[in-house]
Amino acid sequence: MNTQTYDFKPKSIWQTLRVQDWLYAVALMAGAFFAFSQYSDYMDAYELGFLFGAAITFSYLGWRWKGLAKLVVGVAVLSLFAINLYHGDQARAGQVFFLKYLISSQSAVMWMNVLFIFAMLTYWFAMFKRSDFAGRVASALTWSAVLFGFVGLMVRWYESYLIAPEVGHIPISNLYEVFILFCLITALLYLHYEDKFNTKQLGGFVLLIINAGVGFILWYKFDRGADAIQPLVPALQSYWMKIHVPANFIGYGAFSLAAMVASAYLLAKKGILATRLPSLDVLDDVMYKSIAVGFAFFTIATILGAMWAAEAWGGYWSWDPKETWALIVWLNYAAWLHLRMVKGLRGPVLAWWALVGLIVTTFAFLGVNMFLSGLHSYGEL
Amino acid sequence: MRFAVSMLSVLGVASIIGTVLKQNEPYENYIIKFGQFWFEAFEMLGLYDVYHALWFLLILLFLVISTSLCIYRNTPLMLKEWKTFKEQATEKSLRAFSHQASYATQGASEQAQTKLTDYLTGQSFRYQLKPQANGDVLIAAKAGTHQRLGYIFTHAAIVIICFGGILDGNLPFKVQEMLGNKKIEVLDIPESQVPEISRLNMDNPSFRANMTLPEGMSDDVAFVRVRDGYLVQELPFRVALKDFRIEHYATGQPKSFESDLIITDPDLDKPLEKTISVNHPLIYKGIAIYQSDFQDGGSTLKFKVWDLTSKEMLNGEIDGVVAKKGTLGPPDQTLTVEFNEFRKFNIMNLSADGKGKPRNVGPNTTYKLRDKSGQAREYVSYMQPLQLDGKAYFVSGMRETVQEDFRYLRVPADDDLTIEGFMRLRNVLTNPDKQREIAKRLSQNSNTTDANLRSQFELSVMRLLATFAEGGFTQLSQVIEKAVPEAERQKAADTYFKLLNASAFEAYNMVLAEQKKPEMALNPKSVSYLQDALNAMNDLFYYGTPYYFQLEDFEHKEASGLQLTKSPGQKWVYLGSALLVLGIFAMFYIRERRIWLLLKANTQEVLFAMSSNRKNLDFDQEFERTKQQLAQVLSV
Ligand code: HEM
Repeated sequence: MNTQTYDFKPKSIWQTLRVQDWLYAVALMAGAFFAFSQYSDYMDAYELGFLFGAAITFSYLGWRWKGLAKLVVGVAVLSLFAINLYHGDQARAGQVFFLKYLISSQSAVMWMNVLFIFAMLTYWFAMFKRSDFAGRVASALTWSAVLFGFVGLMVRWYESYLIAPEVGHIPISNLYEVFILFCLITALLYLHYEDKFNTKQLGGFVLLIINAGVGFILWYKFDRGADAIQPLVPALQSYWMKIHVPANFIGYGAFSLAAMVASAYLLAKKGILATRLPSLDVLDDVMYKSIAVGFAFFTIATILGAMWAAEAWGGYWSWDPKETWALIVWLNYAAWLHLRMVKGLRGPVLAWWALVGLIVTTFAFLGVNMFLSGLHSYGEL
Repeated sequence: MRFAVSMLSVLGVASIIGTVLKQNEPYENYIIKFGQFWFEAFEMLGLYDVYHALWFLLILLFLVISTSLCIYRNTPLMLKEWKTFKEQATEKSLRAFSHQASYATQGASEQAQTKLTDYLTGQSFRYQLKPQANGDVLIAAKAGTHQRLGYIFTHAAIVIICFGGILDGNLPFKVQEMLGNKKIEVLDIPESQVPEISRLNMDNPSFRANMTLPEGMSDDVAFVRVRDGYLVQELPFRVALKDFRIEHYATGQPKSFESDLIITDPDLDKPLEKTISVNHPLIYKGIAIYQSDFQDGGSTLKFKVWDLTSKEMLNGEIDGVVAKKGTLGPPDQTLTVEFNEFRKFNIMNLSADGKGKPRNVGPNTTYKLRDKSGQAREYVSYMQPLQLDGKAYFVSGMRETVQEDFRYLRVPADDDLTIEGFMRLRNVLTNPDKQREIAKRLSQNSNTTDANLRSQFELSVMRLLATFAEGGFTQLSQVIEKAVPEAERQKAADTYFKLLNASAFEAYNMVLAEQKKPEMALNPKSVSYLQDALNAMNDLFYYGTPYYFQLEDFEHKEASGLQLTKSPGQKWVYLGSALLVLGIFAMFYIRERRIWLLLKANTQEVLFAMSSNRKNLDFDQEFERTKQQLAQVLSV
């Protein structure tokens, strides 16, 4: 034997890339360049930065997490197919078969809703029957829901330009749209942990909160007719929105995920479903990790919000209710992290705290819009 | 440590107060809401501007101090951990580790040492060799110790951000106010008369002030709102508004607000012209000028005023300017008209089920009528008729206090889409001479030939019309209640109602005849017009004024609302924010791990111990993996 037979040196990411990974990245970059060649006249420097930044970010994320790469490709193919079917005419959403029943933005979002509901039922079924197969079906349903949701948003983005070029905007500008985003991001974060820790038993829990979002979307659409595309008020016409809002929703999504894991933890601790759920250590770890992700992104989102406010309202901090509640959410999780990091606290107290954190987060997300008034100009109920 | 958590909680709870209680409202609103006693109590606590209250600033200060102390105490420790390899570890202490293992080695110890250090380097660990007195060799290795910098970054960031915030806050003013050097102005007086004590000069390092500029005007001061008063902020330049524009989408919603500004300053060779809009401020001399809102800059309004008490169909005219006052009425009952607001665009959703598209319904204006005793009612009036349930109405609303919603009067528009048909009809129906003629016409239409019966009928029609003219449906139902036994009231009411409608029909034909227009056809449309007209006549009794204002013409003049800020702390806040993000990512995603390998010289044993400052699953897994890999490394 010689010393050459072992090599434990961790591979760098470049060494792990296969042909399809390179093709994926090249396709993304090509897409970005195509968009650049067609639309660069309408974009400012920041938006060009976002365009290529997105291509790079999604290449990297897709390399690290193959499931995401498949999703990105799927979303791109279906969205382009849908856009192609429109022939630039909004009315075709109700005429062309594929658009009407599958991938116009309204239909795709409805499919997302339905698939999320089925996914939840299947996850619970899988847990009670201890069925691996059902678990895999549930995962597949969740992935499909996410696929349709993103297609819905992409097509909606395009549809907004069909109404009138000046109306066109990224669909994260009102409560209806960000609720879809919330469901999608929470589901993606969950799927990531499911892939990493093989924790399909948690799916039923996490989909509870996602389906609460679905319920809201349905109510908002059918009772309030809130699904109509509205033009942007002047304050929202800013490139900041494109980064501030998604960062915020990664935060909200991760905190919600953590709270659902916390509820599973509390049940398992009491011996309920304990044999079916992952071990307490794993639950604790997932809870911590998602709060950490949430905290990091929420911090970024709040800072971006401050920078946007400095440009739109004349001051980076105005103690507007939404800002203040963002601070409260942030302080809450900072306290949570201190307890865990510094005091080394573990167990039910932190799980309860994460659950209460969800209430605080929900209030910051929804309650502020419902009960308090302020400068934030979207999402009045 | 419990301390940091409690402090975060206290700050959180304190912040909630200001979101529950609307901040910086006019003080009258609070008095109305809470009553005098609680109003004063809350004012003492500074609850109307929590975030600038002394106690809130003290909490923040406390936070800054304790975080600074925390940094001061912990930083040397963190730096030590950051630098050290912990090569002082003894065999005894290593054996006490929860994560440790030992291996037997073959061959020369130097060879094992090379293999191990190669392995550590491959895993991105840095190491130090420490020969022991007994001939053993200790390899002390570490990775991810930059995590420790995360602590320093995040906590320094908090301090820096708060420092920046304090630079931009109103602390200097607060101190001056307490020393009695400055005082807020609470009177609504011209800016030039505001005394020195309520003025901030150009050296003021930071402020957030407002300026309202009508088109064509300029100014070199701005106003800082403080509690229920204000301060005058002097500016080192003059701002003029050349033009203000609102653009709208096809649906009528606002699309953009833009102001063309001209800055004049002795330091400038020629005036600086710049267009600002929402999200696109202008920064000049460290002062950022933002488009914040817009107001009326004194639009001129032309009204037709109908006097509903007059026997004649009297109408006059009144001109007004928004934010100014006018007078109306005979000398002994003069009313003051306060022209409060004019809005050129009103986006409303008038569809019956609320599901239709909102659209622009045209201009409206809000005014107050104040009598001599100071009592005022507020009115809102739409210039163009609104389409409601497929019919056109002139709509105007009235309310007695700001807390109430408007109650609306709907006057049907006639065939020419004017209000005149209604006014003329009303005039005929309330005029006793005309009432007699109406009664005659009705009795002619009836089949009776008996003169006695006819004159009785005419009399009762006239009484009916007089009653309605005097007090509308309420008066009528009182008459019925008095005169008719309960069992027959419904029938009587129905009869009266029919007669009233028939009278209105005749009256309207009289109106048309006067104007030499063809007679009204009797069809559902005309019936419903007359019905609406009668309802409106009835509702006028609750309108609270005998004057009906109809906006005829206007000249729109806008004023742009600008916000001017100087915030030297902003750079600090951004610097702190960058540090905060760096620090948080360092704390979460750099994992500090340490490995010790003790090569025992005489027993051919390698002792392996591993530690991390964060004990979690990742670490357990990494320990297991390292343990196995080390076994393989040492076995070959
Ligand atoms: C405004 C107040 C404070 C905020 C917002 C804040 C925020 C944070 C954050 C975000 C973390 C990271 C937790 C993690 O690594 O997951 C942290 C950790 C920590 N904080 Fe604070 N902190 C504050 C005040 C304090 C004070 C006053 C102390 C001292 C008693 C303190 C001591 C620590 C320590 C020792 C750590 C852990 C560092 C480590 O283990 O690497 N913090 N803090």
